[in-house]
Amino acid sequence: MRELKLMKGNEAIAHAAIRCGADGYFGYPITPQSEVMETLMAERPWESTGMVVLQAESEIASINMVYGGAGCGKRVLTSSSSPGVSLMQEGLTYLAGSELPCVIVNVVRGGPGLGTIQPAQSDYFQSVKGGGHGDYKLITLAPASVQEMADFVELSFDLAFKYRNPVMILSDGAIGQMMEKVELDEFKPRWTDEYIEQNHKWATMGKKKGDERSVITSVQLDASVQEDFNHKLQAKYREVEENEVRFEKIMCDDADYIFVAYGSSARICQKSIEIARAKGIKVGMLRPITLYPFPVKELQELAKQVKGMLSVELSAGQMVEDVRLAVNGKVPVEHYGRFGGIMHSPGEVVEALEQKIIGE
Amino acid sequence: MADTNTIISPENLVYKKTDVLLDNVMHYCPGCTHGTVHKLIAEVIDEMGIQETTIGIAPVGCAVLAYNYLDIDWQEAAHGRAPALATAVKRLLPNKNVFSYQGDGDLAAIGTAETIHACNRGENIVMVFINNGIYGMTGGQMAPTTLPGMPASTCPAGRDTSHDGMPIKISELLAQLPGTCYVTRQSAHTAANVRKTKKALRKAFENQQANKGTSLVEVVSTCSSGWKMSPVQANKWMEEHMFAYYPLGDMKDE
Repeated sequence: MRELKLMKGNEAIAHAAIRCGADGYFGYPITPQSEVMETLMAERPWESTGMVVLQAESEIASINMVYGGAGCGKRVLTSSSSPGVSLMQEGLTYLAGSELPCVIVNVVRGGPGLGTIQPAQSDYFQSVKGGGHGDYKLITLAPASVQEMADFVELSFDLAFKYRNPVMILSDGAIGQMMEKVELDEFKPRWTDEYIEQNHKWATMGKKKGDERSVITSVQLDASVQEDFNHKLQAKYREVEENEVRFEKIMCDDADYIFVAYGSSARICQKSIEIARAKGIKVGMLRPITLYPFPVKELQELAKQVKGMLSVELSAGQMVEDVRLAVNGKVPVEHYGRFGGIMHSPGEVVEALEQKIIGE
Repeated sequence: MADTNTIISPENLVYKKTDVLLDNVMHYCPGCTHGTVHKLIAEVIDEMGIQETTIGIAPVGCAVLAYNYLDIDWQEAAHGRAPALATAVKRLLPNKNVFSYQGDGDLAAIGTAETIHACNRGENIVMVFINNGIYGMTGGQMAPTTLPGMPASTCPAGRDTSHDGMPIKISELLAQLPGTCYVTRQSAHTAANVRKTKKALRKAFENQQANKGTSLVEVVSTCSSGWKMSPVQANKWMEEHMFAYYPLGDMKDE
């Protein structure tokens, strides 16, 4: 039975984690996402579902606790905001290199450096291009509502275990802090150790007599073995790109122009569409839900139909590079966005569309 | 003259290699302490009958490939992060036996925060700490535990304490924390010391089964290659210099 509640996006992450049967959360406080751990500590899931919740000494420790838990085949997550996620990059590349499933929530704030605590989308590159060292990818989901904050937790665990790969929920300070109504899923039981032993043979649950032992590692000193492993990783990423692209199209059918926007920027653009259409400009929006894998084919299709695209992001222009790669010069693609913690208004976005795309 | 085949008949065998120790040829240098400590952990696991329930956390350093030698489940950690991994493994699998195996650079330099906080929380784990006063795997650089005046590739004239500070006595520091129940410093360079170290390791695993908190077993070790000495010289140098700064014995046993 789904339950209707009013809450912040950060709180929704915590409730969804408990309800979907997560085994563990390890985190370190940082604004604007501290409500995730605060909610978990208030809910005390260790007394109900048996979920472990632990405040670590740093984000470095948090992500490595996630590594330890994931290595046991447990469904574990962490959350943080930009500076903390930067500290986690070492752990993320080890998780990817050891093919461990886990969920990381980044409630992005303005940077660089200590930056600001207000919302931003300037961690796009870090999330979808790597962030840590080596050739790896994070499956990256971008929620645009409190409901999606809740829904994407279980979806992320499903994808993480399907591909044995870390999954990032790339949110921002606006989605994390704003309150909306949200339908929470019913409580689902946690996996039993027996289930994990049967279904995830790779997990370190103790070596049973006669069984192959489990070794979780990312080290291959023989370069040819390491190259083979990289080929295997790349094959996995091609499969992810084939199967897991998710997006939403809004008013694209008759559109002459489209916004490409995700997360809170997509919410702003919904209003911009109303304003523009009232002025007679036929504009729609492609909202990527997965930032990796990116909706390349859909953008290529739309490029046959529209006269131009505006990538609207709370950054100096990051996703716009992927939009341009997809469109490959077929139509003009420009970027618009406020950044450093300032959010653009719907009107500013329409002005940018008129000046940067329609004006040409 | 007695036939050797008669002498090694099954009824005469008083010692054999534990099955927990795999047959893979170890990559360690001649005279290295790692092999001995690996064997001792394997024997303790065997004798306690916990092979099926033990999970090891390997470090970055010379023991990065420790999982090639002990026939148990392992996770290989990033440099210094083994206590964080062990924390989560033990909390999510409280009925398993969890130990980290770390060198001095791993445990007392890059992983100091993870080490101190795991011990301070009293994580119910065993930490095995190999202190040879040098970075072996990367080729003999200065460690946090390198002795004053001791040469290393990043302090070729010897550790200058006015420049690099004094070596850290991390075990003494960890013994101050209420979360640790057992902190001991041993060595493995004589038969008598090998027996003592094995006893210490056994106690550490028994503490874990009794939910007593963090047990830390430091083993003052040699690194013949890094120290540029023969194994015999290294043992002698360790006795004369390392034991003077890192005295053997229990710092805490509750």
